[in-house]
Amino acid sequence: MNYIWTTPLPGILVTVLAYALCVRLQRGARGHALANPVATAIVLLVVFLVVARIPYPTYFASARLLHFLLGPATVALAIPLARELPRLRQLLWPVGAGLLAGNLAAACSAIFLAKILGASRQVTLSLAPKSVTTPIAMGISEKISGLPSLTAVLVISTGVIGAVMGPWFLDRLGIVDPTVRGTAMGVSAHGLGTAAIYQESSEAGAFSGLAMGLSGLITALTLPVLVAMFGL
Amino acid sequence: MLVGVVVLFAFHFGADWFTRRFHLPLSGPVLGMALLTVALALRGRTPDGLARVSNLLLKAMPLFFIPAGVGVMVLSEQFRAAWLPISAALLGSTLLAMATTAIVMKAVAKYLARPETKPAQSKSQQ
Repeated sequence: MNYIWTTPLPGILVTVLAYALCVRLQRGARGHALANPVATAIVLLVVFLVVARIPYPTYFASARLLHFLLGPATVALAIPLARELPRLRQLLWPVGAGLLAGNLAAACSAIFLAKILGASRQVTLSLAPKSVTTPIAMGISEKISGLPSLTAVLVISTGVIGAVMGPWFLDRLGIVDPTVRGTAMGVSAHGLGTAAIYQESSEAGAFSGLAMGLSGLITALTLPVLVAMFGL
Repeated sequence: MLVGVVVLFAFHFGADWFTRRFHLPLSGPVLGMALLTVALALRGRTPDGLARVSNLLLKAMPLFFIPAGVGVMVLSEQFRAAWLPISAALLGSTLLAMATTAIVMKAVAKYLARPETKPAQSKSQQ
């Protein structure tokens, strides 16, 4: 492989370029949620890498700095969250109930759908923790004897689906309250959903970040029990 | 601004170390977020520089997911073999979880708001 691909330059350049193009594209589509720039940029980059015959590990090594920034960005959710704490105190019960119900729905429906559609036991177990943030999901997957590497792909796919369809779907359901929109996105689509809904309002982003964090905890504690109940 | 960068990295690093050291079922960044929220709540206000760095990072956050997302191009054997049940389960389950969370949250808020219009009186009367 070219020397240049061993540096962070091309990876960061093509990623930022693709994202900037796709943000324009979404504006061109009058901000339509289905033109989510993360999804379109991923498609664009996959096509580019295949055509240019650049293997994924080469690209990822070069773009790793952007991936690394996910960590500090997640920590940064503390700032809108601290601002929303008084609001959260008022909404303690609704948020708590929503989180529990949402996490159970996510895990049970994933297991149930995969089972009736004939997925193998290992695939089903890898699917179960798909709604929580990647490192937590991979840890759970390992614990319940799924495949952590498959879980990682499924978690990202879930996030993309949630980020793309979420805002549109919540509109359809008539959900306008930013605290509810944020919580629903955080439960079902972890960080990608949070990043998408933060663009709507920092209030929704704060609730989404909180929901993402607590969902990781709830799912880590409840999923091993659910798996046993489903007899997997 | 620089202080903000230091704070974010320090909380990230500290939480990462802590979760690894004690094998917690949490991710470092998520724990870092929780700890920083508590710290900010105790302090009472957010320093300007930290608020600015955070807003910058959060605005750009979707971008940071792209390198990992492109990884779907190297789909594993298990995915190829079961792409239909997987896709159906992902789509159905994600939307169902979203709808369930939103509907339950709204219903509980509504339930709590109803007696709140005349709570003290009805209770004291009984």
